[in-house]
Amino acid sequence: MTADHRTVLICRGTGCESSRSPAIQAALDAELQDSDVEIKFTGCHGMCQQGPIVIVEPEGTFYANVKTKDAPKIVESLLHDGEPVERLYYKDPATKEQLPTYHDIPFYAKQKRLVLHNCGRINPEEISDYVEAGGYQGLKKALFELSPEEIVDIVKQSGLRGRGGGGFSTGMKWQFCQQAKGDVKYVLCNADEGDPGAFMDRSVLEGDPHAVLEGMAIAGSAIGAKQGYIYCRAEYPLAIKRLQVAIRQAREQGYLGKGILGSDFEFDIEIFQGAGAFVCGEETALMISIEGNRGMPRVRPPYPAHSGLYGKPTLLNNVKTYANVSQIVNKGADWFAGIGTEKSKGTAVFALTGKIANSGLIEVPMGVTPREIIYDIGGGVLNGKKFKAVQTGGPSGGCLPESFMDVPVDYDSLIAAGSMMGSGGMVVLDEDTCMVDVARYFLDFTEKESCGKCVPCRLGTKQMLTILEDIVEGRGKPGDIELLEELGGGIKGGSLCGLGQTAPNPVLSTLRYFRDEYEAHIFHNKCPAKTCKHFITYHILDSCVGCQLCRKNCSAEAISGEPKGIHWIDQTKCHKCGVCFEVCPPKVFSVEKRTGDLEIHTGEGESL
Amino acid sequence: MEETLQTILSKFDGKQEEIIPILQKVQDAYTYLPEESMEQIARFIHVPASRVFGVATFYAQFRFTPTGKNIVSICRGTACHVRGAPAILEETTAVLGLDGEGTTEDMEYTVETVACIGCCALAPCVTINEEVHGNLNKKKVRTLLAKGSKPDDG
Repeated sequence: MTADHRTVLICRGTGCESSRSPAIQAALDAELQDSDVEIKFTGCHGMCQQGPIVIVEPEGTFYANVKTKDAPKIVESLLHDGEPVERLYYKDPATKEQLPTYHDIPFYAKQKRLVLHNCGRINPEEISDYVEAGGYQGLKKALFELSPEEIVDIVKQSGLRGRGGGGFSTGMKWQFCQQAKGDVKYVLCNADEGDPGAFMDRSVLEGDPHAVLEGMAIAGSAIGAKQGYIYCRAEYPLAIKRLQVAIRQAREQGYLGKGILGSDFEFDIEIFQGAGAFVCGEETALMISIEGNRGMPRVRPPYPAHSGLYGKPTLLNNVKTYANVSQIVNKGADWFAGIGTEKSKGTAVFALTGKIANSGLIEVPMGVTPREIIYDIGGGVLNGKKFKAVQTGGPSGGCLPESFMDVPVDYDSLIAAGSMMGSGGMVVLDEDTCMVDVARYFLDFTEKESCGKCVPCRLGTKQMLTILEDIVEGRGKPGDIELLEELGGGIKGGSLCGLGQTAPNPVLSTLRYFRDEYEAHIFHNKCPAKTCKHFITYHILDSCVGCQLCRKNCSAEAISGEPKGIHWIDQTKCHKCGVCFEVCPPKVFSVEKRTGDLEIHTGEGESL
Repeated sequence: MEETLQTILSKFDGKQEEIIPILQKVQDAYTYLPEESMEQIARFIHVPASRVFGVATFYAQFRFTPTGKNIVSICRGTACHVRGAPAILEETTAVLGLDGEGTTEDMEYTVETVACIGCCALAPCVTINEEVHGNLNKKKVRTLLAKGSKPDDG
């Protein structure tokens, strides 16, 4: 293989850009501008933990954690000796083996990339790349070969369910909108990805924006709409920029605007920037927000299919739903229905994060188990710690324990287990994570994000949060757990929208599976994960070598000791900031966290 | 102030559905929403000022006080939380002498928390003036704030 056939793909998703991939591209551009090597920047490859990522095609050579100073080495290998730069290969965290190409990497081997098939492969700012990869074929088919009814039938038969998390049949939704009476209809795309710990939609928008535009245009032709809006959170500047470029190019090339591809179909798309309100991910709130109001959900019916944006029939789907549609219309309903489980078709995209070896964006067929996702794809728990739980569905979802690890992941199984699919956040929690603290964290989020319309949600989440704060700060009392359960039920039953109806889930699911941790806080003065400050103390062991690092870093001046002598902590001065634990050299490892010990009075002289 | 505001408003038609985009543009220009601008926006759109305030206070993006020269946004997404975001916030405010989120007296730094910046693989992370810094611990935070600039690339 000679150098002139090579393409260098540089990841410029938000993750890799944060680790300075644009500088790497600039360095390679400067060196390779007179050569025949093509340099292309792409959207997210998914393996954000290893970023910045550089791939050399056609071999598929995969370079991880590339730094600007590595650019000359890569250039040399491309132009001269042709030997790849082995020291930049990805190293498997489990086996420590160096793997030369992405085909060898288990992270990719177990995935099935449908929605993400273009992410990391094409330049998202070049419409020609998308078209060459088969893009806009679905729209052509929709306009020239299919009637609107046939399009809706294909979507229905494919079994596609809403990728925003609810899981309602997409085809049914389209049919309602198609049958709704009205000259003016709207197509909306929900890109207000507000779940903390989730970035699936952002990666699709950044890596393959045309797939979303194409899906929306197909929807427009099916339901008879001329105008589309993408409601995208303002916190995603790169996604907004790439969408703007994509919309401009699509208009120039005749895929948007009047007389699309020579037909008489007219459709255009505008971007609306959300202003940071989680509740606007709810469909009625989103529309009310576009109209220029406080984004507070309203009662349904009327459903948006009959009376949505500006009172007109409106179709709202998630980013990934539209990205799926482009391919379903092109490749057929049977192709899509052949993937996944009986009731959940296609794939699921997850942002796999938390205490996991390989954080990143993954796509798997519906029906794989959490064990496959976490161990085969994610490389297991970070730093070899013990797995405790996996959190799905963000603030609306729940925490599932070890016993759930072999249950197939789909919409219905997750709901049965007390969690939900959500739009795709999957956060791995290990033995060092306190489940009461996690529940408090999510409640703190929903309490702040509650729009305030329904009293059970506005005041109920506040009460639940106060109780949880009491528990993690050592003021828990008998009856708190029962009160949390009672409040949770009331909030779920008494709230209008999905935010309130699901807000108690993180608490209820942790109570269901990790009740002993709540009890340890309330009755035994212990935080088993040693996370909650009130319940822990720091101690220096006799193995201390007296390096003084802890003493120098302690802002409370609580640590004493001579150089090369064993140090000790004055518990009355200690702020429990944990900096001693953090700076103690791993070889020495002489600082220990304890719970239920010393100055914490337990009444029974109990200690760990 | 008057002139900048008029330039911004001249690009809009004065329709109600433009409230949020107008507020976003005004905040871009001033770093916050000055009280006088709110009244002018209300007149421009022909709604009571209370309505403009109502919309502005609903959304987390809008601020009503000027920011410092540098904005430190601490991510409090789930991945960052379980990997130590609370300690990062504590250290940042301690180093800058703040009691929680806010702006330093010399107007050099504003510290705020954000729900998720989507760099979960680099957790815990912060952005300083839109540049993301990841894989932080307390010590790195101190170095970062002492330097006031980006760390070296490798």
